[in-house]
Amino acid sequence: MRLRGGFFLSMPGCYRSVTDVAYVSRGMTTLPIDPLATPGAVDAPAPRPRWRTLRGANVGDRLYRGALTALAVVLPLLLLTLLAELVVSAWPAIKQFGLPFVWSSVWDPVAGVFGAAPMIFGTLASSLLALCIAVPLALGVAIYISEFAPKWIRQPIAFLVELLAAIPSVVYGLWGVFVLIPFLRTWVVPPLRATLGWTPLFSGVFYGSSLLAGAIILAIMIVPYIAAVAREVLLAVPASQREAALGMGATRWEAVWTAVVPYGRAGLIGAVILGLGRALGETMAVTMVIGNRHDIGLSVLQPAYTMAAALANEFSEATTDIYLSALFEVGLILFVVTVVVNALARVLIWQVARGTAVGSRAL
Amino acid sequence: MKHSKLALLACAALALAAPAAAQVKLNGAGATFPNIIYQDWMLSYNKAHPDVQLNYQSIGSGGGIRQFSDGTVDFGATDAPMKDSAISAINGNVLHIPTVLGGDVPTYNLPDVKETLRFTPDVLADIFLGKITKWSDARLTAVNPGVKLPDQDVVVVHRSDGSGTSFIWTDYLSKVSPEWEQKVGRGTAVNWPVGLGGKGNEGVTATVKQTPGAIGYVELGYAMINKLPAGSVRNKAGKFIAPTLESITAAAAGAMSAIGPGTDFRVSITNPDGDKAYPIASFTWLLLHKQYDDAAKAGALVKFVWWAETGGQSRAEPLGYAPLPQQLRHWIEARLKTITAGGKSVWTTAAR
Repeated sequence: MRLRGGFFLSMPGCYRSVTDVAYVSRGMTTLPIDPLATPGAVDAPAPRPRWRTLRGANVGDRLYRGALTALAVVLPLLLLTLLAELVVSAWPAIKQFGLPFVWSSVWDPVAGVFGAAPMIFGTLASSLLALCIAVPLALGVAIYISEFAPKWIRQPIAFLVELLAAIPSVVYGLWGVFVLIPFLRTWVVPPLRATLGWTPLFSGVFYGSSLLAGAIILAIMIVPYIAAVAREVLLAVPASQREAALGMGATRWEAVWTAVVPYGRAGLIGAVILGLGRALGETMAVTMVIGNRHDIGLSVLQPAYTMAAALANEFSEATTDIYLSALFEVGLILFVVTVVVNALARVLIWQVARGTAVGSRAL
Repeated sequence: MKHSKLALLACAALALAAPAAAQVKLNGAGATFPNIIYQDWMLSYNKAHPDVQLNYQSIGSGGGIRQFSDGTVDFGATDAPMKDSAISAINGNVLHIPTVLGGDVPTYNLPDVKETLRFTPDVLADIFLGKITKWSDARLTAVNPGVKLPDQDVVVVHRSDGSGTSFIWTDYLSKVSPEWEQKVGRGTAVNWPVGLGGKGNEGVTATVKQTPGAIGYVELGYAMINKLPAGSVRNKAGKFIAPTLESITAAAAGAMSAIGPGTDFRVSITNPDGDKAYPIASFTWLLLHKQYDDAAKAGALVKFVWWAETGGQSRAEPLGYAPLPQQLRHWIEARLKTITAGGKSVWTTAAR
């Protein structure tokens, strides 16, 4: 319970520091720390807040309440309209291609035959690969800042990390094309192929633009988001946790790893999911370095495609109705994938939170 | 009777005069390729005719066709002509009016090759089909005598976004290679057999520049401004022609013999006749309605288009576009004369 309070108190600061609207809106859906509240509520039902029993006491209150309700309804309504519009516009494609749209990999605008499998694969593969790179990095940064860094260096580092979040994605894309890809070509890929070239993961010709390049760009882009939230989570862990661990004779590392991190587990997973959400929807930077090829390959050195990139690329010149409709269906699938990922995240956090609930209550 | 007519006229005059001296507002949307010259035309035209306000949004050919068909804009613009089905969907109420010419240039990244490379149609097609995979391929060395081509992989780069540039390129490949036509076909976006996708001319250029052994295609104007290496292509007459604005205008002139005055201008001019014609070129079109409701609008629009086809053409070359061949003007004039509003031709009011 203490974690929850602390975490929420710290959140506003976190929103302010990371200047991105998308971040805030995603943050609202992907930071469901409230499941922690459930065990507490079962323990001792909270007394009804007084202001609620006073509902309807005067006109001003009622107006205020009505206005707030209206505002609260707008957002879900917007979401539903979006979904409805997507379904309606995608309907011709859904009707024509049916379910095979999801696993067919032909994308032929001339013949009017469409399948989204390469893009679904590319979206998930690039995002998950990005997470594999970004999570250790971001958690390392967050743990260092909150636990180990000397006081004077904490703010500058935190500031610089968060500054990364303010860089426009097209700048990341340009950097990817002109710096990252040449660097990969000269320094990373040759040794990688020499040692691991026999595995399907690193086989094939490397052109530069590739799944690997896309994933690295994505990783760099989501590190600040994960690091910023993770840092706030770790800072919210009560000092008593650390003191208790240290008092038991733990080293600082052990204290962090056995007491602080497990305590903030739910929040940390929330941070990771926030990063994943961002990675799934990223468009510009990815399209510039991923190669934009409608192909499914196991090798990370091969070009790939993502749903968001395809939409950005092909929407404006989609000349036939079925082509446009197919793109809408891709948008719909992206929407569904994002919702499913968020739902899974909620379940995951709920599971984790239930696991720690016993422990935290015992504390 | 006379009185009421006068009153009506006065009212109309007042209504027209009220918002800043009888302004006519014309909105258009469409292709991105001609955007620079369209903006330039509209700016200069508005300076000479302050009563006509023109607005053009470069949202892409697909969007242009859609908005034009929905009637949300007064004119559209496209790099790929409308399909027959799209035209019949709006009861044939559309005219394609060519404005300027564009061409595609094969550009490549072979730092050790100083000479300009020469390509034959079949070599280009087979490179983009993925059948020629090495720069040292015998068919490439055969047409490039004296050039030491490296034993390097060919990396194909194409546009990832739908574009008129891709349409011209695939239209050309479809004409010169039956296999391409059958397997891939022509379109603003196609199912590319091989290669990497770059977004926009700049994306293709960046990818080509960053990938040793890459070959891509970009808009001629873009290649000129950025001084990209550009290959020569063998035309129908068997000559290797470097892509220039002149050789592209020559392509349109060469194609004219095949199209004739009765055409609806929706013609492809890739791979045309003519000794000096560069074979990978195309018109870009304005989309006008055959019948308009508003005579004032239609008159102003036709007048502007006619100015673009005559006085405006001189602005093309400095901006990297190829002007239309002179001979085409009469055919365009005849076509503009058929535009009506309320059953009457708007040409008389337009051409003053």
